[in-house]
Amino acid sequence: MSADQPAARGWRLPFSISFEQRMTTPKWLPALTSIGSLIVAFMIGGGVIAIAGGNPFATYAHLVKAAFGDIGVFNDTLVKASPLMLVGLACALAFRMKLWNIGAEGQFFLGAWGASAVVLAPLLPRDTPGIIIIPAMMLAGFACGALWGFIPGLLKAKFNVNEIITTLMMNYIAVSWVLFWVFGEWSESGFQMSPMFPRNTWLPRLTDYAAQIPQLAGLTLHLGILFGVIGSVVVWFIISRSRWGYEIRLIGDNKQAARYAGVNIVRNTVFMMMVSGGIAGLAGMAEISGVVHRLQGAISSNYGFTGIIIAWLAKLNPFAVILVSVLFGGLIQAGREIQPSGVPRMLQGIILFCVIASDVLLRYRIQITRR
Amino acid sequence: MIDWIVILQAGVASGTVLLFAAIGGIMTERSGVMNLGIEGMMLIGAMTAYKTAVVLGQPWLGLLLAMLAAGALSLLHAVVSIHLQADQVVSGLAINFVGIGLSMVLGEGLSKAGAVSLLPSITLPLVSDIPILGPILFTNHNPMTYVGYVLTPAAWFYINRTRPGLHLRAVGEHPAAADALGINVYRLRYRYVFVGGLLAGLAGGTISLAVSPGWFSELTTSGQGWIAVGLVIFAQWNPWRAAAGAYMFGALRRLILDLQGPQTLLWFANPFYYMPKLGFFLQMLPYALVILILFIGSREALKKRMGAPAALGVPYIRGERGL
Repeated sequence: MSADQPAARGWRLPFSISFEQRMTTPKWLPALTSIGSLIVAFMIGGGVIAIAGGNPFATYAHLVKAAFGDIGVFNDTLVKASPLMLVGLACALAFRMKLWNIGAEGQFFLGAWGASAVVLAPLLPRDTPGIIIIPAMMLAGFACGALWGFIPGLLKAKFNVNEIITTLMMNYIAVSWVLFWVFGEWSESGFQMSPMFPRNTWLPRLTDYAAQIPQLAGLTLHLGILFGVIGSVVVWFIISRSRWGYEIRLIGDNKQAARYAGVNIVRNTVFMMMVSGGIAGLAGMAEISGVVHRLQGAISSNYGFTGIIIAWLAKLNPFAVILVSVLFGGLIQAGREIQPSGVPRMLQGIILFCVIASDVLLRYRIQITRR
Repeated sequence: MIDWIVILQAGVASGTVLLFAAIGGIMTERSGVMNLGIEGMMLIGAMTAYKTAVVLGQPWLGLLLAMLAAGALSLLHAVVSIHLQADQVVSGLAINFVGIGLSMVLGEGLSKAGAVSLLPSITLPLVSDIPILGPILFTNHNPMTYVGYVLTPAAWFYINRTRPGLHLRAVGEHPAAADALGINVYRLRYRYVFVGGLLAGLAGGTISLAVSPGWFSELTTSGQGWIAVGLVIFAQWNPWRAAAGAYMFGALRRLILDLQGPQTLLWFANPFYYMPKLGFFLQMLPYALVILILFIGSREALKKRMGAPAALGVPYIRGERGL
């Protein structure tokens, strides 16, 4: 690929630009391009905000203040970041195998539904102590998310049905499924939400310890954030240190070669979709057990889709997923009060675009030479 | 009772939306570039068309601008996936995010707009008198429906029977060979990504100005762009099959709405009337059906050894060996 043709007749650029394929990529470069693309994305987004009649500087200043301004809002940012971490990890894991799980949103909903079923069906008595019922909810959430991943996984592995479309369609089905229960069986006297869950099913929050440490009063950060942090270590271990991770990377880099090397593609595909779906399902469980405390239609601020962007911006690195999740948690948290309301969604899209566009810098060295 | 003529008539109208989007997808993918951004481009189109109609009172200009806006968005996808050789799946997803977000930002407040001039309804003389077919196909349709009737055979003819169509297929099946024959692979891919964008924009504009008028942010398209992506695969990149699928899904959309109305269905009590919550299962139907037809289609493709354009999703790098 070269772009060093003369620009126009009679007039030439005073320098020439040429692309040269890189043999190796420096270790620091991916992080640098990610940060660079974030900056560029915010500049482009600012331009759009200005065109739409807003003041980009005021908007961004407000974003930063509303997301990281004081301990209270930072708490809210971390609360939003908790599900994002898990969902981002779910996407990063599947993407590492070049398996396009776009269905984290649906798996999130199913996970929330599964955890609710434990409380509302009820699968366990209402007064079961938290130490038992919360792990049961986690298990149910993971299992339901995994089931939602299993269906597209099986279709992909056995029948080569495009998983992008199936996982996406499963999202819509999942939302309708949850709404059916929220409007029907589990509706609280006709309202479009389930009754409030009893206290023993809530994940512990910082504010629960305010009696001992008064500074924690009002901080709603819950145990779910630890799921994300622990999850990132687990995912890192799976990908980088385990035999399964070796197979994942092999399939992701070259499916044919992996097949010749004797890797079972069918089993790995189905299993990966289940694990990825399960992690997203766990995020759904953590959200209703830690934040919403009931099942309702609006439990996700597009977490499932944001996870895709997070995974990509983090270059599928599980530890980077944690950092990026905090950033995006801030974007979602602050974005709720920003007008026009589409700004956070738009910024997310532009960020993803800049990230994939900047990937060219990882593969090519751009040389500018004076003529 | 359920009026099948009404359902099919409305089905043809809303099927036209899917038809435009799916044929746009076919054109793009036949050139070897994946097109997953249809939903986002449709939203940009729907917003642009409706905004033009609200602000300027010009629905036809709205359609034109809708096409250009979605086309501009598609060029972003073209640059990233053709020149920068990025992953086309991720680029397509990015197009969706940008499309959804941008249309929400620029469409702010549009949903509160009052009376808006929309596309007219036209009944064709003579042909509308044909029994059954007349009322379904040629009565009280917006002009875009009639455009849809022409588009399917035209697209098929263009792809399979013309010289540019041959080049299009060559670029998608074997770009290196096409390049050797002097066909400009990059230029053609740009062109057909743009065509896909134009048609997706037209699909969006047709929704907001005719089929279900208005701007309801994301709910304006409610996943129809994704259904179109599924249809492209189900259609095996053939416009005729895409048309069949599009009209079927269009009719299904209307059927779902109408099923919840009557107290009796045929001879038994209508469960969807007496238990409205069952309606959520009806709403799942189109999405579940997409999975089902993809499943059926994939088995068929295996049997007949049909499939995607060989170079679909593979960036072409001049001077490198390979497809």
